[in-house]
Parts: sequence; C-alpha cells; structure tokens
Amino acid sequence: MLDPHRDYVLRTVEERGVRLVRLWFTDVLGNLKSFAISPAELENALEDGMTFDGSSIDGFSRIQEADVLAVPDPDTFELIPWSEPGAAEARVFCDIRHLDGQPFEGDPRQVLRRHVQAAHERGLTFYIAPDIEFFYFEQPTENGQRPKPLDQGSYFDLTTRDAAGNLRKETIRKLEQMSIPVEYSFHEDAPSQQEIDLRHTDALTMADSVMTFRLIVKEVAASQGVHATFMPKPLEGVQGSGMHLHMSLFRGDDNAFFDGDAQHQLSPIAKAFMAGLLRHAAEITAITNQSVNSYKRLVPGFEAPVHISWARNNRSGLIRVPIAKKSNPIATRIEYRSPDPGCNPYLAFSLLLAAGLRGIDEGYELPEEADANLFEMDDAALRKLGINQLPQSLSEALDTMERSELVHDSLGDHIFEWFLRNKRREWRDYKTHVSQFELDRYLGSM
Amino acid sequence: MAGDEATSARSIVVFADAVAPEVARALDLAGYSWKGVSSADEATDSEPTDGWAGAVIDCSADSEAAWAFARAVRKDDSGIGVLVLVGGAHLADLTLRDDMFDDFCLTPFHPTEFEARVRHLMWSSGVTTDVRADLVEYGDLSLNLETYQATIAHRPLDLTYMEYELLKFLAQNPGKVFTREILLSRVWGYEYYGGARTVDVHIRRLRAKLGEEYANLIATVRSVGYRFGQSRWGT
Repeated sequence: MLDPHRDYVLRTVEERGVRLVRLWFTDVLGNLKSFAISPAELENALEDGMTFDGSSIDGFSRIQEADVLAVPDPDTFELIPWSEPGAAEARVFCDIRHLDGQPFEGDPRQVLRRHVQAAHERGLTFYIAPDIEFFYFEQPTENGQRPKPLDQGSYFDLTTRDAAGNLRKETIRKLEQMSIPVEYSFHEDAPSQQEIDLRHTDALTMADSVMTFRLIVKEVAASQGVHATFMPKPLEGVQGSGMHLHMSLFRGDDNAFFDGDAQHQLSPIAKAFMAGLLRHAAEITAITNQSVNSYKRLVPGFEAPVHISWARNNRSGLIRVPIAKKSNPIATRIEYRSPDPGCNPYLAFSLLLAAGLRGIDEGYELPEEADANLFEMDDAALRKLGINQLPQSLSEALDTMERSELVHDSLGDHIFEWFLRNKRREWRDYKTHVSQFELDRYLGSM
Repeated sequence: MAGDEATSARSIVVFADAVAPEVARALDLAGYSWKGVSSADEATDSEPTDGWAGAVIDCSADSEAAWAFARAVRKDDSGIGVLVLVGGAHLADLTLRDDMFDDFCLTPFHPTEFEARVRHLMWSSGVTTDVRADLVEYGDLSLNLETYQATIAHRPLDLTYMEYELLKFLAQNPGKVFTREILLSRVWGYEYYGGARTVDVHIRRLRAKLGEEYANLIATVRSVGYRFGQSRWGT
C-alpha cells in the first residue's frame, strides 16, 4: 500500500470530522456487508486490517477457523453523501484475507482481482459499462403484497408529477458525489421501471460501483418512502430488469476490440472474446442470473435474450455489437445482454472475462452473425444454425455450471462448491412450494 | 495582469518596462504566479505580505534601470533568487556583477530552458520546489495542499486520493494543455495498467463531482488532452 494514499485518507477523516468509517465487502451472493469502526482504529485497519468473525457471512464459513481480516482499499475511500449533517461517515471497500495475509478464497472481490490480474499479464485492461434497470414500487405494507408501481409511464416517458424522475435525479446526484458518473437515465418500458447507464471504467472499480449503486438507489428511494428493487422480474407480463454489460479490452491506450480494416471493425481479439462468451455462456449463466426469478425474465417477448447468438443490431441475441458513433475506435465494444442486476458483479465480471480470455487463448472461431429474429424461428431452424438456448431454469443453469471446468477454475473450489450447494437448496425450496398458479389451475379441474 | 489569476501563495516579481509576451507566457504555462513591475518602488508597494518568491529581471531593454533594480533587490536583504535575462550582445554586462544575480538566461530564450532556470532558481533559494505553496486557488476552487482538502464555492469537495492528485496538478497549471500521457506520468507517476484511459475515467469522475456549474473548469481539448481553467492563448 502506498503511503500517500493512507495519509490522504487519515487526514481527510480528521479534516472532515468523520465519526464512523464503514468497512464494506461483499458476500458470495452479492450482498453488501458492512461493519463500522471509529476513526481512531482506522490507521491500524489500513496497516493490518481488521479481524472479524466471517462464519455467519454467506459463503465465508469454513470448518477450521472463522476469523478473517478486512483490509481496506484506500483508493475506494469516500465520504457517504447521505450521512447526517455534523456526523460525517465514510466508506471504504475491503479485501478479505486470512489472518496470515493470504487472499481469502470466499471473497468475490479477490476473485475479480485475480482475473483482472490475469488480463493485465496479457497487457489487457477490461472495461465495463453497465445499463442497470430497476423498479420503483410503493413501500409494501405487508409481506407478500403484490408490488404497486408508482406510475404507468413507459419508455422515455416524461411523466407529469414524475415522482420517479425526481428520485432518479437525486440518485444521480448522489452517485456522482461518490465517483460514479452517469451516462444516461430514463424511464424504461414497464410501469415504474427505470434505467441508469453508468460510464465505463475498469472492471474492479465497476464492480464496486455496482455495489454502491444498488445501495444508493435503495437509500434514496427509502428516504422518500418508496421501495426500489433489482428483482429481475417483479411483474408478470411486462419487461423484467436486466443489467446489460458493455465490455471492451484495452491494450494501453488502444481499444483491442477495434480494427478499422476488419469486417464490422471488430478485431480478431474481439471476435475470439465473443466466441469465448458464446461457447461458455450457458456455463456462467447461474452466476449472471442467480435466482429462481431470473429465469422468468429470460423468456421470449420481453427484449431479454433467450438464444446464444450474436448480431450487430438485433436485440434478440445474447451479444449485440453496437454500431459505434462515427466509427470512434474507443467506443467499439460488445454488449452482453443476459445478466440481471441481482447478480454478484464481482463474480459475473470474473466469469465473463475468463470466458472471453479463454476464447482468445484457444483461438475460438466466432459463429455466423444471427441477424434474423430468432424468436420467430422454430427449434429445427435454430438447430440448423447451431444456435442453442440459455438455460431455462436455475436448476438447468446449476447443472450446466457444475459440469464447467472453466467456472470451477475461475471461482476456485471454495466459492464454486458453496454456491452450488446454496443454490441447489434455493431450487429445492422453490420446487416444493405450491404456488397460486397451481391452485388456480388444478384445484378445481383435478 | 495575466499572472494574477493563477494565484498561489507567493509570486515572482518580474522587472521590465513592459513584460515581454514570451516571458509572461512561459511563466503562465509553467503555472507560476507573477507580477510585472517597472520600478523598485512599485515592487515594494505591491509586495505580498509573505514576500516575493524570486525575481526575474529583464535587462534586454533598459539595462541601466534593470541593474539598478537588481541592486535594490540585493540590498533589501530578502535573500530571494535573481534571474536576469540578457541579450547575447550584452553578455559583457554580467562582468563584475556576479553578486547581483544567481543565474542568467540568454534572450531570445527557449521557453523550456527559461522554465528550467526559474524552477532551479526557486529550488536553490529554498522556495519549496516551486512557488506553488500550501494553497492553490482558481476562481471558486480552493485546494489546501497541507490538509488535502478541496472546496468549491466554500463547499467541501470530497475526492478520492487520485481525483485529488489529478485536480491538484491541473489547478496548479491553469491554462495549460496536457496530453493524457503527460497527466498519467505526472499524476500517477508510474507505468499504470489502465494506460491513458485511466485519465479519461478520472476526469469524468472529477467533472461529476464538480457538478454542472463547475464541470467546465476542466476542458477537453480535442485530440490533444485536457486543460484546466481558461486558455489565455486562444488555443
């Protein structure tokens, strides 16, 4: 750790009268975890980390010993813009280590660090810009109540007395105060559905940003008595919420995905990266879409991808290659459309990078572009084109993941095994649940 | 006077009948604060409370008055460094005046040489690295280099360390255009993985934090890089 960074943090705490420093980290399922320390302890924490009992954190438990270290990353030190006046608070993201200083295998941030490092060793930096969708609902008064949208607005609507618009504006202000610049924000297709697009940055910073983003969206909404949710498909019959990821690789200052002379201006690296994503897409879907509910979004008819294919301007495929404005080399990128905002961004980014790099290392061949509307084709026609579907349920996704040597290697034994165990249990709970659908359909007729 | 805009705690006094544009430009681009004077009295009257950081004396026009000024500077016991600008035909003027200057620079000069000599003058006379002392101010922006605190219109501006370092470097060099590569090497200071894209990312974050009203303090100079504050040279 560099001394001036630490100095800067300690001095800022002093000058700004910070009362509490929140140490943030993420569990295996992508939940933000936090514990607070007093400023007096911060110097020590920056130096040696803070010991805590990780055994009750999802995915952190181990058989031998429970204690782990949270080591703050001083680059991520930020004042929290919604702390009470006169009692400033700050947050800092932490890496989780063993007491002997070794990276802890259950820490998703360390997994992503490892993959980002692997890319660096090839001279590549992985950039991501997510488009994050979510819903605003009235604060539920009781458990199990159907969600009530705030408005009946639609795509790009500028609704009058737009409560959601004000929430979005306040959210963006807070995001920007926490170093998360926003590119676009607008009302999405479904009632009360919003989209906020973040500007690209390196994958590790972006994963931190997504964690901060989800918290800020919920904080701002809650302060106005509104409930914000990143649940992938909260309302039947309208679009769900996705997190499309725009990705590129840079070699120094140059976009490694751009080749002015190549077809579609996509470099061989871009094509091999895409080929890697396509070949391993089914294997990584349990991570990019980790809930039972995720698979209710991945159905035809709601602008979510179902087929493992790519195209330049066809939104039914898994990967879209947006046409860069004025063939700007820097803007050349690919958009991976299946992930939802309920995923763990550290693990999702890790697997996307690993799959893409595998494509580059092994020289995978990019399949033909699928520019027809795949939703209108029958299975036989799709088979002829060699186009498969993404897993149709969490159960299928887990089966596919379990067979994947790429996912196993990329996540490490600890997270791989824990995740499968945890999600199998979730699937079992779901499977044994007798739903309203079944009662309505079968109770009378059978 | 151009030099007044880029305020830092201490200024360089420049003696000349009329400060030559190339002198003004070189000092501005190097980020120095300076004040032109045409007499010793004027220099005394306009002297900042904490004194001048150094003196640049242009002997290429009225050399008599210039050397008189140099003598006055030496007499007032401030101990500040003196750089004289002298034309090639007048090099002989330096003879027997070794006590009256610390360094000289031939005119017309190369701006880089002039800047290097000024920088060295500041260093050798014990003015911390350069005159950019504890406080950097530009318009409503203020950076306290000692406490690392930034404010805009008296509101605290909470920055991460790298955002702060970048803003500091830019604000210390207002009006000057920097390429991404220069910013990367001067601010990050080592071979950084992200390459120059890192600079773009941090500039965006800074602009976002400065807010709409002040985001344009950092201007993008197309296909070159970035400039902080107003350009004085119409670039």
